[in-house]
Amino acid sequence: MAAFTHPNHGKYKVIGTRPIRHDGEDKVTGRARYGADVHQPGMLHGAVLRSPHAHGRILSVDTSRAEALPGVRAVATAKDLPELPDKVMASGEGIENQRYMSTRILAGEKVLFKGHPIATVAADDPWIAQDAAALIEVKYEVLEPVLDVLKAMEDGAPRLHDKITATLMGKKEQVDSNVCLHTRFQAGDPEAGFAEADLVIEREFRTKTVHQGYIEPHHATALALSDGQITIWTSTQGAFAVREQVATVLKKELSKIKVIPMEIGGGFGGKIPVYLEPLAVLLSEKSGKPVKMTMSRADIFQATGPASASASRVKFGFKKDGTIIAATFWAAYEAGAYPNIYGMMGAMCVLAPYKIPNGQVDVYDVMTNTPKVAAYRAPSSPQALFGVESVMDEASKALGIDPIELRLMNAAEEGEQRIDGLKWPRIGMIETLEAARDSAHYKSPAPSGPNQARGLAIGFWVNAGMQSSATVGINMDGTANVVTGSVDIGGSRASMAIMAAETLGLKAEEVRPSVGDTDSIGHTDITAGSRTTYATGHAVYLASLDAIEQMKPRVAKLWDCDPAEVVFEEGAFRSTKNGQEPMTVRQLGPKLPATGGPVQGQGSLMATAQGSGFGLHIADVEVDPDTGKTTILRYTAVQDVGTAIHPAYVEGQIIGGATQGIGWALNEEYVHGDKGELLNTGFLDYRMPTTLDVPVIETILVEVPNPGHPYGVRGVGETPIVPPLGTMGNAIAGAIGVRIRELPLSPPRVQAAIAAKENAAGKTEAARETTAKPVPAQS
Amino acid sequence: MSMDTKRIVTASINGAEISVMADNRMSLLEMLRDAAGLTGTKEGCMTGDCGACSVMMNGRVVDSCLVMAAEAEGAEIETVEGIADGKNLHPLQRKFLEHAALQCGICTPGFLVSAKALLEKNPDPSDAETRYWLAGNLCRCTGYQQIIDAVRDAAAEMRSSAK
Repeated sequence: MAAFTHPNHGKYKVIGTRPIRHDGEDKVTGRARYGADVHQPGMLHGAVLRSPHAHGRILSVDTSRAEALPGVRAVATAKDLPELPDKVMASGEGIENQRYMSTRILAGEKVLFKGHPIATVAADDPWIAQDAAALIEVKYEVLEPVLDVLKAMEDGAPRLHDKITATLMGKKEQVDSNVCLHTRFQAGDPEAGFAEADLVIEREFRTKTVHQGYIEPHHATALALSDGQITIWTSTQGAFAVREQVATVLKKELSKIKVIPMEIGGGFGGKIPVYLEPLAVLLSEKSGKPVKMTMSRADIFQATGPASASASRVKFGFKKDGTIIAATFWAAYEAGAYPNIYGMMGAMCVLAPYKIPNGQVDVYDVMTNTPKVAAYRAPSSPQALFGVESVMDEASKALGIDPIELRLMNAAEEGEQRIDGLKWPRIGMIETLEAARDSAHYKSPAPSGPNQARGLAIGFWVNAGMQSSATVGINMDGTANVVTGSVDIGGSRASMAIMAAETLGLKAEEVRPSVGDTDSIGHTDITAGSRTTYATGHAVYLASLDAIEQMKPRVAKLWDCDPAEVVFEEGAFRSTKNGQEPMTVRQLGPKLPATGGPVQGQGSLMATAQGSGFGLHIADVEVDPDTGKTTILRYTAVQDVGTAIHPAYVEGQIIGGATQGIGWALNEEYVHGDKGELLNTGFLDYRMPTTLDVPVIETILVEVPNPGHPYGVRGVGETPIVPPLGTMGNAIAGAIGVRIRELPLSPPRVQAAIAAKENAAGKTEAARETTAKPVPAQS
Repeated sequence: MSMDTKRIVTASINGAEISVMADNRMSLLEMLRDAAGLTGTKEGCMTGDCGACSVMMNGRVVDSCLVMAAEAEGAEIETVEGIADGKNLHPLQRKFLEHAALQCGICTPGFLVSAKALLEKNPDPSDAETRYWLAGNLCRCTGYQQIIDAVRDAAAEMRSSAK
C-alpha cells in the first residue's frame, strides 16, 4: 500500500469521520427547496424569445402583438439594458468584458448563436408568456456561421465581432479576428531539446463540445420594489457572483440587491454566469410584481455555456532512459460567441504534471457561433491532458518502460518551476503515482482476452483559493452555528461542521451549518475551483479560533485568573498555572450571558495557498468489435486529496468526477447541423452515463496535507474529471490495436476505426461493413 | 382565462384526495408542484429522459412530465413526500443518507420513488437488476455507485426485518 501517511493520522477526532449530512433529511423527503420551488404571492412567469439562427444581424424587433396579448404584464428587449463600457470585470471563475455582457444576455444588433436571447416577456402564467414570446416578430439578415475552431481562425472566416480588444502574447490590442486570446509560456530551448531527444512523438488531437449536464434546469425569481431594492432567489454556484453580475448589467449598487441562494441541483461550473436573473429583475421592475424565469432543457443545451471543443498538437521528446527533454503544445479552444479565457486555463495545466526543462505552450481562445463557453470541472485541463497522456502512453510502449514508472521519473515535485512560472509548493504527484503502482488493481494481471487492455492516465487541476467569509456563533448551551457564504453543491455543509467541531472540541452533530444570503454573511466567492472545503473551510477555522479567543477571558473570569493563563487544547479550555478542571465549550455556553454576553467568531480571508490536485486512473476495458462499444471491466481512481475531511463525500467527488470524464471520453458530444444548429438538445441524444454505463469505481485516497491549510485540505472535486479521457483512450488503443485521437470514443467511431484497420490489413469482411456515422450513441 | 382551457382534476395524492384547477396544457408534474404545492418531485428535462420527476401512478412508475394533469383524474399518485411513514424515514431514505448516495440531491426524489417500486417487485435485487431498473434515472453527481449500494442495503434490511 501507499508508503505515505498523513502526519496527523489518528490525531483528529472529527475530521475523517462520516457523519450524516445536516441537510440530508430535507433532501430525501422532498422538503429541500431549490430554485424551481420558489413561489411568491402574485408571481408572474417569464419566457424568452431566442434566435433561431446561429449567426445573423437583427434588422427589427416588433413586440406590439405580444404586448397586446391579454395576461401579458411586461416585455423587455436589449433597448431596456443600459450601455456598458469596454471594461473587463472578474466574473466568478472567469472574466467578462462588460460591453459584451449585456449583449450576451439580450442581443441587440447581432445574434451570435442559436438560442441567443432577444426579448423576454412576463405574463400571468407560463403558457401565456410562451404564447406572447412567439408573437414577437424579428427580422434577420442571416449570416454564415462558423463553428469549428480551426476554421474560425482562418483569414476569410465569418467574423463574429467587427473589432475586439484581444490580449495577444500579453499585449492588449484591437484586432479584426475571431482570436480573442493567445497565451504563451516558455521554458529553456525546445528546439535544442528536441535535437537532443532519442524519441520524438508528435500527434494531433480533437475533442468536441460537451455540457456540464446538471439535472436541475436554470431558474431565477426576482422582486424589484419601487424604492430600488431587489431580491433574487436562484440556484447558483455563487450568490455574490450573481449580485455582482446583475449589478453590472443593470447598473445598480451592490447594497440594493439581495441574492438568496436556494439549494442547487448541480452546476459543475455551469451555474456561475447569469442568464435569467437580469431578465427577471428587468421584468419585475417593469411589472411591479415578482417574476419567475425557467429554462427548458433544450435551451440549456443550446444557450448556456458548455465546455470548449478543442484542436491540439502535442510534441514530446524523450531520452532513451525515459527522461522528458522537451515538450510543446499548440491548441485552439472554442471560446463561444464572446471573448473568453478557458484556453489559457488549458495552457496552465497541460505540462504541469511533468518536469519539462525545455518547453513551449501556445494556446488560442477562438470565438465561434456557439454559446459562450463556461467553466466545467477543471476547465480546459481534460482536453489538454487527453493529448499529453496519449503521447505518454505511446512513449511508454516505444521506450519499453512501465507507464507509471515513466510518469514517476518525470513527475513534478516541490521546488520545481511550472512552465507558467509557478514554483511548486508541496504536491502529491509522486505519492499518487506510488499509491497507484502499489494498488491491488495495478498489481493484478492486465486483462489479456481478445479486445481487452488496461490503460491509465494522469489528471491535474490547479485548484482555486479566492475570498471566503464565515461566522461561528456559540449558542447558550455551548453548541455552535456556522454560517458561510459558500453555496453547498455536494455536501460541503457537513465538512464545514466537521472543521468547526474539530476546532471547538464539539461533535459534528452539535454544529449546525448553513449557507447565508448576501445580506447575512461577508463576501464569499463562488463554489468552484475546488475551493470551498479549502478556502471557506479556512474561514470557518478562523471564525472558530476567533470565538475561542473571545471565550478565553470568560473562562478567566470564572477561574478568577489572568486570561493569558487560559489555553484551548485538545477540545477544552485549560489553565497553564492553577489546577482548574478543563472546561469544554459545552460547559462554558450556559455561562456566557453572565460573563459578558454572546460570542460570535468571524473569519474572512483571501486564500492563496491552495494546493494543486493530482490523480491517476486505471481502467481495464473490453471493446465489442462488432458494435464498437466499450465495457469497463475494472476502474480505480487514485488521488492526492490533502486531508479527507468527510471521506464519504471525498470519494463521492472522485467517483462522480470520474463518471463525468468517462461520459466525455466515450459518448458525450455536441452535434451541429450545417446551419450551426445544435441537433442533440436533450438527454436522449446527448448521451450522459447511466447506471448501466459505469462500473464500480474503486477509490484510493492519498493524503499529502496542504501546508497552506490548517487541516491540510487541498481541493478535490475537479481533478477526477481529467484522467478518464486519456485513460479510456489508452485502454481502447491497447484493446483494438489502433489509436483514436478524436473524442468521443463512441461506438460508431471505435467501430469505424476497427473497420479501417481491417480494411488496411486486407481483411475486409462483407458482414462487417461499417454503417457508422459520427452521431451520438444509441441508447 | 376562460374555463374551457382549464378543468378540475381530482386525484388521490399520497393517500389524500386533492382537487386542483389544471390548465389543459398542464402536466402531472406541474399539477403536483405548482397546483398541489408538492415540490419534492423535480423537473429535469420535461421530455421523459432523466427520471427526476418519477412518481407512482396506479402502482406503476411514470415520468410525471409525460402525463397530462387531466389524465390523473381518479388516479392514485404517490410522490417522494409519501415515502416516509410519518416521521419515520423509509429504509431507502435512511440508507441514501448513510451511504452518501446524494450530492446535490435533485435526482434523489426520483431515485427513491423508482427504487421503492423495485423493492416492492423484487425484495432481493442483484447489482445488475438494480442498475437495470434504475437506468431511467439520471444522476450527474454521484456516479451511481453509492445509490446502488444504498438500494441493495435497504433491501437487505427490509428482508431481515420482514422475517
